[in-house]
Amino acid sequence: MTSPAPAQPRATHVNAPPGRGRARLLTSVLVGPALAWYVILLVAPIAIVVLFSFGNRGKTGGYVPAFTLDNYAGALQKPEPFLTSLQFSIIGTILCLLVGLPLAYFIATRATRRKALLIVLLVIPFWTSFLIRTYAWILILGPDGIVGFIQDLTGNHSFRILATTWGVQLGLVYGYLPLMVFPLYVTLERMDRTLVEASKDLGAGRLATFRQVTLPIALPGLITGSILVFIPMMGEYVIPQLLGYGQTFGIGNALYLRFLEARNWPSGSAMAVFLILIMLVVVTAYVWFTNRGRTVREVSVV
Amino acid sequence: MSTGAQTLPQAATLGGRAKARVDRSGRWVEAWLRGHTLLVYLFLYLPIVVVVVFSFNGTNRRVTNWEGFSLKWYEFVINSKEVQKYLLNSVIVGLATGIISTIIGTMAALGLQRTPRWFRAPFDALTYISVIVPEIVIALATLVFFATTIGPNDGILTSMGLKIGFGYHTIVAALSLFNISLVLLLVRARLSGMDRTHVEASYDLYGTPWRTFWQITFPQLLPAIVAGFLLSFTFSFDDYVITTFVNGSGTSTIPLYVFGQIRKGVTPATNAVAAVMLLITLSVLIVGQLLTRRRGATGRDTSVAGMIAEQGA
Repeated sequence: MTSPAPAQPRATHVNAPPGRGRARLLTSVLVGPALAWYVILLVAPIAIVVLFSFGNRGKTGGYVPAFTLDNYAGALQKPEPFLTSLQFSIIGTILCLLVGLPLAYFIATRATRRKALLIVLLVIPFWTSFLIRTYAWILILGPDGIVGFIQDLTGNHSFRILATTWGVQLGLVYGYLPLMVFPLYVTLERMDRTLVEASKDLGAGRLATFRQVTLPIALPGLITGSILVFIPMMGEYVIPQLLGYGQTFGIGNALYLRFLEARNWPSGSAMAVFLILIMLVVVTAYVWFTNRGRTVREVSVV
Repeated sequence: MSTGAQTLPQAATLGGRAKARVDRSGRWVEAWLRGHTLLVYLFLYLPIVVVVVFSFNGTNRRVTNWEGFSLKWYEFVINSKEVQKYLLNSVIVGLATGIISTIIGTMAALGLQRTPRWFRAPFDALTYISVIVPEIVIALATLVFFATTIGPNDGILTSMGLKIGFGYHTIVAALSLFNISLVLLLVRARLSGMDRTHVEASYDLYGTPWRTFWQITFPQLLPAIVAGFLLSFTFSFDDYVITTFVNGSGTSTIPLYVFGQIRKGVTPATNAVAAVMLLITLSVLIVGQLLTRRRGATGRDTSVAGMIAEQGA
């Protein structure tokens, strides 16, 4: 009874060919480069931004070490870019939902054999050049395009979409719609269709069934999609610049101006910290929400 | 109608009048869903069609004044040394970022399975943050970081005599952050859905870990790896924001050129360059789709498009 005891550790040692040390080495070699990337190009840069946000601007731009809260006070005194971006993101997310939910629902439940084709058709625009697809709206919404047509039709020649908030809003919905549809599609696709049938059998109308069965099931996908759409819209630079002609001024534009033109890094850093904080609040709320239910976890793709 | 089997119980249980009412409202809803879907697809493709069509416009003046079919703006693209330089830069940046992100992201996805929980949770948090943080934050943070470390004027390493400065390497390093995480998420999703019985069978047959990996695991992961590479190539080829912040002299890419052209006022040449960019990004997708098209009867859509849709990112 006493002799097998010392033999046991040896046996497991033989069964696991790479020794503990070698296994650890392999793990660090595999994960190390990615970790280095995260630390050097994500953690360190953001730490420097936080540091700079308490500093002063140098005479020729850049950063002079200091400890001041002036940059934060300045950002709070001029909240317009934040409010503009917030408005774009909230309206944009709601519009993406209104457009995306029926689409995802159709692909998941109605398109039988063409499902794969419809998904590919959804991925193609998402994959092709984002910049060029945004640019195309300048042609479409220009005086020779739809807007010119509406002007001639109504006789109202001051009507336009480009260089207004509506042009930007349209571009945002256009650019980010697929990110809303993908997670919605995944949740609806996995939905147990017999639940819908059961609801109908029990006498519930279409609307009641949708509200009480389909929507709760789609909720995790809906929240994931909303986050995937809301956060990038907050910091979007290209779309307001191209379709708003610089007339609409969101956080993205303010940050671009501070860092590349005015070279006021401390002031820009304070704004960036605010943006990061907004993002963290949204993501924390998301994680808190998804951890409440158990079924929710498996579809949390972010 | 393949949904016939599912609608059967409904027809059986509902009374005549109720059934008729449900059916009529049902028909309207079906028609609306159909119409809505069609309109959204038109909305998604309209811009692509418009750019391609107008790139064949023979006009010399206003872009949207149609003056007959012509290939002259493509001739311009082919002959313009400037455009080609920018295109080449974009391809260099796209390939370098694609290769680095694919290797490092795949390695991390494989290694993460072996790490303890205390390590995985913060690592996952960093992965998600790098994917979801607005691009402009990454752009300005890496700009500030590079400027203070290797910047030509007051970088710490520069003042120590190590002159590195900005260039391809800063663009590729900054772009790889997002793309490593993207590859990691794609490969990890595939890894978690993988059938492990083959791996176990291989070990039972005394296969070494090394051979088991290359003969069993790797082929199963390949679609995700290919998708990750092609996506990171496209995103970096097409990137504007990060590249604007951290590029060096002579390393501007094609999106920067196009953006500048648009700001100056659109010319017909812009459309041809835009169409070429569309063509390059599209052919990457088509190649990927052909390479990874569903094989066998696993039931899961292993094509690039299917995987992106499932990943949602």
